[in-house]
Amino acid sequence: MAVPPPFESFYVEHRDGVFGFLVRRLGRDRAEDAFQETFLRALRSYGSLTHASNLRAWVFTIAARVAVDEHRRRRPAVANGEPTFEERRPAYAELEHLADGLPPKERAAVVLRYGYDLEYADIAFALGSSEEAARQAASSGVRRLRRQGVSL
Amino acid sequence: MKVSTDLDRRFRERAAADGSLDLAFDLVDSPIGTLLVAATGVGLCRIEFDPEPERDLEPLARAFGAKVLRAPKALDEPKRELDEYFEGKRERFELPVDVRFEAFRLRVMDALAQVPYGSVTTYGALAARAGRPAAARAVGTFMNRNPIPIVLPCHRVVGANGSLVGYGGGLERKERLLQLEGASLTLPG
Repeated sequence: MAVPPPFESFYVEHRDGVFGFLVRRLGRDRAEDAFQETFLRALRSYGSLTHASNLRAWVFTIAARVAVDEHRRRRPAVANGEPTFEERRPAYAELEHLADGLPPKERAAVVLRYGYDLEYADIAFALGSSEEAARQAASSGVRRLRRQGVSL
Repeated sequence: MKVSTDLDRRFRERAAADGSLDLAFDLVDSPIGTLLVAATGVGLCRIEFDPEPERDLEPLARAFGAKVLRAPKALDEPKRELDEYFEGKRERFELPVDVRFEAFRLRVMDALAQVPYGSVTTYGALAARAGRPAAARAVGTFMNRNPIPIVLPCHRVVGANGSLVGYGGGLERKERLLQLEGASLTLPG
């Protein structure tokens, strides 16, 4: 399998898409910090990437996680009232770990759908595919996990 | 949504400051054309003439690691010394370099680094100084593959009869650099 391209090429190819995604999740002001954080995290793990397939899905998964962290940082848990989605949600770190063995596109679809609760329209955008393809990737990823004994 | 020039610049600065790049590069204007200048955390490792990043980055990534990014701030020192050199205000480079050569090639490149500003030597003389007087042809190959031309002054190496012979960046550039240094093509001894 091909090795990842030089980080410069990867960054130039995905920077606008990732920024657009973060603006949708966080609003323009907060998207700027999240953008830098996303690509810094991507850079730090880039050296240990062993595949070059679907780097788009990979970096969008990082962006989704940064967006969640950013939400948490800005909105500390309220003492009373309903817990927010971010507080209730199953540990996404755990899901990311469980999904590690999936093909990159399925992994991203599963993590974005069940870890970050993204709409299929957003997942499709992240994967650079149609909504239908995103739905299919998520469901075949889930089937594959179930076959491995993981329940979702 | 398009990333603004300012956000792009801030990310590149942070990435360089983060210390996780394998290699930072920038494109630099000079009197002999645009140069691609690249450095690792150790020092300057590459100068390319007529750069085309689409073509040049892959081999750099193979040699130094995939974490290659254009990060102008990280090249401030090499750019400053190169500017001073091209303005005729610097005769010696002091910047740290990151080049690795083996055995004989290392001796040749060491000898090359000692050739003074504004003077020339020959392929044969360098070969002799490196301990293998008959290896002028191998010296020519080393000069042709010099990873950091200008800084390691392969433009100061000419044929035994004083002809310019060749230059990785083209003979015009070699001539131009020698003119800049005020070198006369009179060979010592």
